[in-house]
Amino acid sequence: MLKQYSFEDTAVQTFDDKTSLAMRTENLQVFYGTNHAMHDADLAFPKNQITALIGASGSGKSTYLRSLNRMNDGIATVTGKIWYHNVDINEPDVNIYEIRRHIGMVFQRPNPFAKSIRENIVYALRANGIKGKAELAERVEASLKGAALWDEVKDSLDKSALSLSGGQQQRLCIARSIAMEPDVLLLDEPCSALDPISTVKVEETLLKLQKKYTIIIVTHNMQQAARVSSQCAFFHLGHVMEYTSTGTMFSNPQIPVTQDYIAGSFG
Amino acid sequence: MEQTNFQLKNQKTQSNDWSARLHHATRATREDWMGKGISYLCIGVIILVVASMLWFITSKGIATFTQNHVSLVKFLTGTNWAPDQGQIGALPMIVGSFAVTFAAAIVATPFAVGTAIFMTEISPNRGRKLLQPVIELLVGIPSVVYGFIGLAVVVPFMRHLVGGSGFGIISATFVLFVMVLPTITSMTVDSLRAVPRHFKEASLALGATRWQTVSRVILRSATPGILTAVIFGMARAFGEALAVQMVIGNAAIMPKNLISPASTLTSQLTTGIGDTIDGTLPNNALWSLALILLLMSLFFNALVRVIAKRGQLKHER
Repeated sequence: MLKQYSFEDTAVQTFDDKTSLAMRTENLQVFYGTNHAMHDADLAFPKNQITALIGASGSGKSTYLRSLNRMNDGIATVTGKIWYHNVDINEPDVNIYEIRRHIGMVFQRPNPFAKSIRENIVYALRANGIKGKAELAERVEASLKGAALWDEVKDSLDKSALSLSGGQQQRLCIARSIAMEPDVLLLDEPCSALDPISTVKVEETLLKLQKKYTIIIVTHNMQQAARVSSQCAFFHLGHVMEYTSTGTMFSNPQIPVTQDYIAGSFG
Repeated sequence: MEQTNFQLKNQKTQSNDWSARLHHATRATREDWMGKGISYLCIGVIILVVASMLWFITSKGIATFTQNHVSLVKFLTGTNWAPDQGQIGALPMIVGSFAVTFAAAIVATPFAVGTAIFMTEISPNRGRKLLQPVIELLVGIPSVVYGFIGLAVVVPFMRHLVGGSGFGIISATFVLFVMVLPTITSMTVDSLRAVPRHFKEASLALGATRWQTVSRVILRSATPGILTAVIFGMARAFGEALAVQMVIGNAAIMPKNLISPASTLTSQLTTGIGDTIDGTLPNNALWSLALILLLMSLFFNALVRVIAKRGQLKHER
């Protein structure tokens, strides 16, 4: 039986004006029909850092993540504010396609298209109006290098993306996202379908990428959060319970629910 | 000593018992045999029926060439169809069949794909509640009703529009278009629904618009399914007899244009079969037409299989 914890007892950090933020949410609520899946999420994401969202299954962390680039449109009702460059991108008149160009997303299951490796990346670029042959080639190479996949696939760019291993496919999906040169990269449990060796490679890639991008990663693997992130938010039953630096989260959690989760009492 | 003996003995009887118990038939095993027997019987009967039909049509169909000594080339390329005078050029009917089939498929496919996209991507709810029943209804309407509407509405309309009798390939195309539309649409809907959700999500997350996602990802990955749908529609159009016969005019001459009376393999079969005597050339010639129809439907089936296999390869590779 899961212990009852008070949702009032939370410890969510805020940042002072000196920290430059990539994005921030205010009172974010998500409803699936009448099911209130996310309550009052107030989180701010510092630039060029990796923030991990952890919590048990059904805690709302993926739901929250998908709201950040409006992937919940048509699936759930999202209220509250999502600030990005001083614009509330949760307004209905905001261009969602433009948002997704700046806030990219990688999913739990590697989902390359049934096209060649090159075409997978070129697809996104073409969809965004980039046409020049030289520029396309350049961006393909740069993004594959960025995702640490170039050396493995440079001789077989025209092979089907589905012939790659799971880890390679996931790095291709990351490459496809960063080819658009976004600001923010959202990753929804990117390693949960991968073996440990592929996971290490993806994690190494993320650590390199944080120099250029702000990364928000959902994971239910606490060790992974500890390995890659510098900030960490803990979600529980649709509430953000604690948000601190990763070091504090794992060495000195502030509230009982986080302590119990970190200690492995549930989850 | 006594005890061990007893034990051994007991063990032996027990092992014998088990062997018997595990080998004898029970109700469960008999049910298995029965079930197997019934399925084999059904399959056997069906195979027998199909095989004898194939043999029957083939043997009758080739009699024109083996008994009446008509040359195959003349049959396939001759343009004069007068079996009672020994003239059996089937080209007009072959051309007619292919013309109405391709024309109907070409006209119907864009409408079917458009409808299917509406039903799956644009308005799935209304699609399911409103369009699905309409399409199922269209599939269920008997072909004689389509033919009757064609005769009462399309033929007079064409007569009014372009003159002539109104009978012809274009009227047949229109009737077939309405008839194959639901077939192609519902199969296209199935293949669009089968596109993995994550393709769509991946595309949207990359900033692609809904239209880009539909046209470059969803339609692309559903292409084998859509081609299969079109071929099934063509097979239906190719084999449709009654409705076509009612609006095409049934003149066994080379169609010069789309609005003059023509005929198809099926329409010629249905109009001619009552007037011939078994074993004569006119009768055998009709069987030859039936043989062409049979070969064409085998061809359509083979094509569907090839496409399915190609599609599979593409996804697995």
